[in-house]
Amino acid sequence: MGVGIEVVSLNAWYAANHTLQDINLNIPANHATALIGPSGCGKSTFVRCLNRMHETNPIARVTGTVRIGNLDIYKDAKPVEIRRRVGMVFQRPNPFPTMSIYDNVAAGLKLNGYRNHRVLDEIVERSLKNSALWEEVKDDLKKKSGASLSGGQQQRLCIARALAVDPEVLLMDEPASALDPVSTSKIEDLIFELKSQYTIVIVTHNMQQAARVAEKTGFFLNGRMVEFDSTHKIFTNPSDKRTEDYITGRFG
Amino acid sequence: MATGLAVLSTGLVVAPLVAIFVYLIYKGASSLNFAFFTQIPKPEGEVGGGMANAIAGSGVLLGLASAIGVPIGIAGGIFLAEFGRGTKLANAVRFTADVLNGVPSIVMGVAVYGLIVTPAMPFSALSGGVALGIMMIPTVTRTTEEMLLMVPHAVREAALALGVPNWRSVLSITVKTASPGIITGCMLAFARVAGETAPLIFTAFGNSNWSVALNRPISALPLEIYRYAISPYDDQHRQAWAAALVLVILIVTAVSLVRFVTGRGVLKGAS
Repeated sequence: MGVGIEVVSLNAWYAANHTLQDINLNIPANHATALIGPSGCGKSTFVRCLNRMHETNPIARVTGTVRIGNLDIYKDAKPVEIRRRVGMVFQRPNPFPTMSIYDNVAAGLKLNGYRNHRVLDEIVERSLKNSALWEEVKDDLKKKSGASLSGGQQQRLCIARALAVDPEVLLMDEPASALDPVSTSKIEDLIFELKSQYTIVIVTHNMQQAARVAEKTGFFLNGRMVEFDSTHKIFTNPSDKRTEDYITGRFG
Repeated sequence: MATGLAVLSTGLVVAPLVAIFVYLIYKGASSLNFAFFTQIPKPEGEVGGGMANAIAGSGVLLGLASAIGVPIGIAGGIFLAEFGRGTKLANAVRFTADVLNGVPSIVMGVAVYGLIVTPAMPFSALSGGVALGIMMIPTVTRTTEEMLLMVPHAVREAALALGVPNWRSVLSITVKTASPGIITGCMLAFARVAGETAPLIFTAFGNSNWSVALNRPISALPLEIYRYAISPYDDQHRQAWAAALVLVILIVTAVSLVRFVTGRGVLKGAS
């Protein structure tokens, strides 16, 4: 089951560049939350702070508190433990090119020392079913490389890979921006399915997409969060003038 | 026009290889017989005999060299690309590897002679293997580094985002993804030292009798080619050509074998 995320005065830097300034918000459990805003506004940096991927860049720095469920992720746990609980799907599909479809899905478990083949088989099948890819690949699981699939299939493979380690939160950084419309709608359907079991945070450039899949939406601008509210309110009656300007297409 | 140039260049690249091979077969094939592979050299001036000791010796020396050069070289490459990036130590290691790559092989032989043969042990297979192994290290290290750096950042991020520790991600994902290129680097280094004569003169020394003991002088194909080619006897000239042919065939076979074995697990559509 998903858990809620509480962010308190989060600041992040790349070298001297203050990319996130004093972010505070509460992301509800088992819902989809969309983050929108123009390029470079800090929304990708924000989600990378939620699974401590931000700090994998040697020039990056972060301060503040992020609680996922009851866990203060910058105090109580190591990055690897956080990342097993907070899955991530990237903008461009990034399957492991030398691994089979099966091994791609099982990678998170296998690389952390999990060896029980019967259980692995079950988890791989369940994860691929959850990511709506099972029917398309079930005959080639161990024969084909993950890189042999189409872009849309690769992205669903990456979602299956993230689901296989049974995370509580799923971060999606523009998961459909490199995909065609058909693949995009499949990913959106999937988010709809998955949000009953996982807390989903999705970064998107596509405002219709935010409106379609998310209950809550946050608007980021120049490293600050301008507004966070129900998606309906953000798109019909935003409280802040800048949000209104952005969603009506006056800039960004 | 461009196609013509491309075809012409291809021809110019392939021509020397084909010419060498054809000439070796022309000169050497007639002297290849069962005895060549099973007997040891006859005393000077006598006709017949073979190079079983040199073939086995080359095998032992190259095995030793690979056992030393491949693991150290790959470990060095992994350090340069993954763990030491941007550090002073990494820059020093990279510079040393490049200089080592440029050291003439005869100098390498003399150095190993001075550092190992004189103080520690007499002329031996082991010191020959060490000399060849050291010569393999820089090639293996630098190709490993280059190949690892070519692995896309997105693949590393994918592994880290799954909660895989960095060292595990490096060994199981990055190195695995780069492995075809790393293997090519190892084969290049192998093929290069397989034909080296100079570093062996002062170390492996050569041996006219059958010996594969690590602590005794050992024969090797390049050494025998060198010795026979400058001898006054026609029969030894013939055998030198045959040995050269066998050496080339051994290298091609070894490289193809490694390619075959490592290529078997590759999946459909893997890149």
